[in-house]
Amino acid sequence: MDANNHRSRLPIRARLATTVGGAAATVSRLAGKGDGSVIGGIIGLRLEPDLLSLLAQGRRIVLVTGTNGKTTTTRLITAALTPLGQQIASNIYGANMEAGLTSALSRAPDAPLAVLETDEKYIPAMVKATAPRVVVLLNLSRDQMDRAAEIWLLARRWREALGNAPGCRVVANADDPLVAWAASGASQVTWVAAGQRWRDDSWCCPHCGAHLERDGDDWSCRECANRRPPVSWVLTGDQVIDPSGRARPLDLALPGRANRSNAVVALAVADAFGVAISSALRELRGVTSVAGRYTQVTRNGCDIRLLLAKNPAGWLEALDVLEPPPVPVLLSVNAQGPDGRDTSWLWDVDYRRLRDRMVLVGGERKLDLAVRLEADEVPFRLVSDIDEAVNVAGTPSLEVLANYTAFQQYRAVLGRTA
Amino acid sequence: MRPLRLVWIYPDLLSTYGDRGNVLVLERRARLRGLPVQILEVNSDQRVPPDGHIYLMGGGEDLPQTLATRRLQADGGLHRAVGQGAVLFAVCAGYQMLGVEFGGADDQAVDGLGLLDIRSGRGERRAVGEIVADVDPALNVPRLSGFENHQGVTRLGPRARPLARTTLGVGNGDGTEGAYAGRVLGTYLHGPALVRNPGLADLLLSWVVGPLPPLPAQAEELAVRLREERLAAVGTQGQ
Repeated sequence: MDANNHRSRLPIRARLATTVGGAAATVSRLAGKGDGSVIGGIIGLRLEPDLLSLLAQGRRIVLVTGTNGKTTTTRLITAALTPLGQQIASNIYGANMEAGLTSALSRAPDAPLAVLETDEKYIPAMVKATAPRVVVLLNLSRDQMDRAAEIWLLARRWREALGNAPGCRVVANADDPLVAWAASGASQVTWVAAGQRWRDDSWCCPHCGAHLERDGDDWSCRECANRRPPVSWVLTGDQVIDPSGRARPLDLALPGRANRSNAVVALAVADAFGVAISSALRELRGVTSVAGRYTQVTRNGCDIRLLLAKNPAGWLEALDVLEPPPVPVLLSVNAQGPDGRDTSWLWDVDYRRLRDRMVLVGGERKLDLAVRLEADEVPFRLVSDIDEAVNVAGTPSLEVLANYTAFQQYRAVLGRTA
Repeated sequence: MRPLRLVWIYPDLLSTYGDRGNVLVLERRARLRGLPVQILEVNSDQRVPPDGHIYLMGGGEDLPQTLATRRLQADGGLHRAVGQGAVLFAVCAGYQMLGVEFGGADDQAVDGLGLLDIRSGRGERRAVGEIVADVDPALNVPRLSGFENHQGVTRLGPRARPLARTTLGVGNGDGTEGAYAGRVLGTYLHGPALVRNPGLADLLLSWVVGPLPPLPAQAEELAVRLREERLAAVGTQGQ
């Protein structure tokens, strides 16, 4: 179906809803309250509850979900699809619930494609509302347990939703047993060997509960038929192996194993849309920072790199990405609503590898982190803000790892260009 | 000296959110007093050794909670250990498992381990947030500070005593929080419950090794500051 002049084909109420929602978003932006995508979407949905479905009709939609890497992967897929030469709607600011998705589509009424980051809990409802062409399942691990659903339950809901979505292709990480189980309910799956660094949520079979046998990335259940499916895309070291067996170096500008994994997923999605792998890869290499993540900024002569991670699996991946000692690291933790008000997750991360470098600790919940580091016998200094960290470090560079609102606070201080 | 044996039960099924913290706090506080420590992490496909000193059980989702209960029942090692006087400390899902029964997936009653005279079911609303509770004076432990995240309601039978009375939060749902009998103790403070409650950690250690010397102030400073900060943040004081 041709999606040109999409808005003109919307029912009158939906058209009004997108216009009023867009106006509210503009007011919100001008008032300096974020990018306005949530308020715009909320108002639009109030006027027309089916607005998201109406806006999604006739478009080819990709939904991207998982505990970690949603924002980055959404950005990478959007980049990988640019060789198609078509406008792409996307919620690049990470507003990933119904209002955010609605707003992303209503701002780009003529875009025939959409790549939408979607909160894990909302996948069943969003699959129903948007009839996506592709759903990407990255990984599933413990995250903000004070407000997020339990993950076995979440996997079950994904599985049910995808089992009821014929015509939808799922691109899923075969190395994550919970994800693989959730995806195996779908009629078409592209399996990607994207790796799994964090395993503490998948020692047991999500299907029957028996202990899983693990051998490298391979896994299988001892008691039922559940096992790692055969994969068509593989990440190995810095190489991606495509379904034809050809290996290519990724050479990304973004750091870390997790981002290489996200990039391979993006290539698999681009391939499903008919984009040549070499063209998609060229676009992926051009992505240097995503909503402030991995950005380098200079403050008082110190080069600061900002890393965002929100949960144990994310911190584990981020600690892998740190520049080696003696570059000092500032760890910063808050526990506001978006972070999860419970800091228990700090105890799931192993910090012992930080023993041989200078560690600074900041954020509103610095004492929680301090007690945690003390238990791991990691020496540290408490600091009250980024300038004190730069000052105490006294080094030409500093790595900063922060969770969500702590990261946003530093970005605000360092300037939005960060 | 014979090491203190800490047995962490089923981290593969019962470690939802920072439960390792309890192992690390007990280890640290024992070592600071010169006690050698041996830690055994026992996964659900392994036998539970009956000769540990302190057994720890963490939180878990409904399905893993039921699976873990069945396996512990079939294994028998934990029951033998408790029968021989070992200390057992369980939080959240682990606490419910100790009882006669608990509410499993779809709220069906599941037989518990029967190590504590409590029965748990599912409440109307999920209890999520900071919890503060005053401990049974007989235990001589300062007020508890922690985080709860559960939908359980627990009733105590005549052979269990409430661990504490809540001043903030939900706990068992009737104004009490947790339960204990002998050296078996459970609480709805989830995850790393001992981190903010070093007094409770020392109680468990003292049940094994007898009265403990106090720690040097500097070894306690951060934990005490954290505890004071959290209690102050919810508008209560330390004692």
